[in-house]
Amino acid sequence: MRPAFSVIFLTTLIGAAQGLFLVLYATELAHAEVAASFYIIGSAVILLLSGLGLLASFFHLGHPERAWRAAAMWRTSWLSREVIALPAFMAGVFGYACAHWNGSAATAAIGGVTTVLAITLFVCTGMVYAAIKVLKEWASPLTIVNFMLIGCASGATLASAYAVFTAPELTAIYARAAMALTFAALVGRSAALLRNARLKPATTMQSAIGVRHPRIVQRSQGAMGGSFNTREFFHGKSEAFIRSIKPAFLVLAFFAPLLLLFIGISTPTLLLIAFLLQYIGLLAERWFFFAEANHPQNLYYQTIG
Amino acid sequence: MTQLALVIDLNVCVGCHSCVTNCKQWNTSGAAGPLVDENPYDKDPTGTFFNRVQTFEVGSYPQTETMHFPKSCLHCEDPPCVPVCPTGASYKRKEDGIVLVDYDKCIGCKYCSWACPYGVREFDEERKVMTKCTLCVDRIYNEKLPEAERKPSCVIACPTGARIFGDVHDPESTASKAISERGGYPLMPECGTRPANHYLPRHKTSMPIRSEQLYRSDNPLKVDSIEPIPMPPAHEDFTT
Repeated sequence: MRPAFSVIFLTTLIGAAQGLFLVLYATELAHAEVAASFYIIGSAVILLLSGLGLLASFFHLGHPERAWRAAAMWRTSWLSREVIALPAFMAGVFGYACAHWNGSAATAAIGGVTTVLAITLFVCTGMVYAAIKVLKEWASPLTIVNFMLIGCASGATLASAYAVFTAPELTAIYARAAMALTFAALVGRSAALLRNARLKPATTMQSAIGVRHPRIVQRSQGAMGGSFNTREFFHGKSEAFIRSIKPAFLVLAFFAPLLLLFIGISTPTLLLIAFLLQYIGLLAERWFFFAEANHPQNLYYQTIG
Repeated sequence: MTQLALVIDLNVCVGCHSCVTNCKQWNTSGAAGPLVDENPYDKDPTGTFFNRVQTFEVGSYPQTETMHFPKSCLHCEDPPCVPVCPTGASYKRKEDGIVLVDYDKCIGCKYCSWACPYGVREFDEERKVMTKCTLCVDRIYNEKLPEAERKPSCVIACPTGARIFGDVHDPESTASKAISERGGYPLMPECGTRPANHYLPRHKTSMPIRSEQLYRSDNPLKVDSIEPIPMPPAHEDFTT
C-alpha cells in the first residue's frame, strides 16, 4: 500500500493523545498530589494533538466538506465508528478539563467515561485496518494490540516530558511507566513483524485469473501510463529503502526512547528529546505499516507491457 | 432475486480493447460527468476506466498461451467494499444486485478500494470520488434505447461475443447456462466475496474422429461383411 501521510499523522497523533489521557487519568486515580492546572493544561495538549490528527485526516479526503456524512454507517463500517469515536473522545477530554477547572467532584466519573472512549477509539482505529480481510498483514488482533500499546507508550513518554515542566515529582514514575509500555510495544510490534515475515499469501496469480499453471507472467496491464491501481497500492520505494526503514523505526521508536527514558529518570531534560525521537520513529513505523501490506490487486499490475 | 452480471468467455476474447473504449465512451458521456483523462496526449497519460483488458502469458516458451483477460467490477454477492464505506455511498442494489457508488455521497476516502481484492475501483482524480463499473445501469433500463441495445456497452462492443450479460440467479438465462455448461468460475474464491461475474475457461478446440466414422458401414460395394476386391487400376493403352 502507498503510505498516506494524512493517515500516518492522524494515527500517531491521536495515539499519543489517547495514551497521554490514560496516564493523566491514572494519575488522578492514584490520588497524586498535583494541581488542577496539571490536568487542565494536559487536557489542552491532548486536545491539540487529537485536533491536529483530526485536521490531518481531512487531507485524506477527496471531499472534506462532506466529511460529516462519514458518521452514517457506524453499524457496518469501522471507519465510520472511528469518525464518531474521535470527536467523542475529544469531547470527553474537554469535559474532563472543564470539571477540573470548576473543581467539580465529577472528574473521576467524566474521566472514567473518557477512558472508555479512548479505548474504544484505539479499537476503532485498529479495526479500520484489521477488518480488511484481504490485507493479511493487517488482518490480525496484533494490529489492534499494537495501536493500543504504541499509543500508550508514546503517550506515557509525552507525559514524562510534560511532567518535567508541570509536576517534576512525577517524571521518574512516568518515565518508568513509559519504559514498560515502550518495551511492551516493542514486543507487540516485533511479534507482528515476525508474523508478517512468515505470511503465505492466500491469493495467487493462479486464483487471480483462474488458471492452474505454475508459470503465469503478465505481459500487459491494459494501460501504459499507470492508473489509480498502480499509484494507490504500491509504495514505490526500493527494496533497499524498505530494508533500511525497519531497523530505523525500531531504533527510533523503541530502543533510543528506552535508553533516553532510562537516563531521563536522573536527567529529566532528555525526556522531551525521548518523546520527539519516539514520535519521529513512530512516523516511520506507521509508514512501514502501510508499505508492508501487499494488496492482492497488485497481482494484476505487475507489468506495464 | 435477480443478480445481473457478466460472463466473460476467455476462449474467444482476442484482447482488442473494444469493450474498454466503448465503456469509456458511454460512461464519459453520461449524466455523472466525464471520466477524467490526465495528460491524454502527453507523457504518462492516465485516467479513469471502469474496464481494463490485461494480457497474461501462461506456460514456458514454446508451450505458451496468451490469455487476454478483461477485468471490471465483479458485482460480488458479498461485496467487501460495501460494508466498509463510512457514508453509505457504496451500496449494492437489492433489486438487481448491481454494486454502485453514489457520487454525491462519496467523500473520497478510498477505503472501499482497499477492501476490494480485485482492484476494480478507480478513484477519479478530477471529481475526487470513487468510481467503478455500473453495469451500464443507465443503459440496461433505458427505454429510449431500442430493446436490443439495453445491454452494457462493453457487451455490445465485443466483436467476438466474449461477453454475456444476464441474470446469474436465473438458471434459464444464457449467462447461467454458459456458467454451468462451460465451467464458469469466479476470481479469487478464497476471498469469500462470491463474485457475480464469472469467467469461462479457455479450452483446446478439438474434433475427435473415431474409426467407425471413417469406415462406411453402409458401403454398397460391401456385401455380407466381405470387403470389396479393389479393381485393377484402369488405364488406357496408348501403344496400339
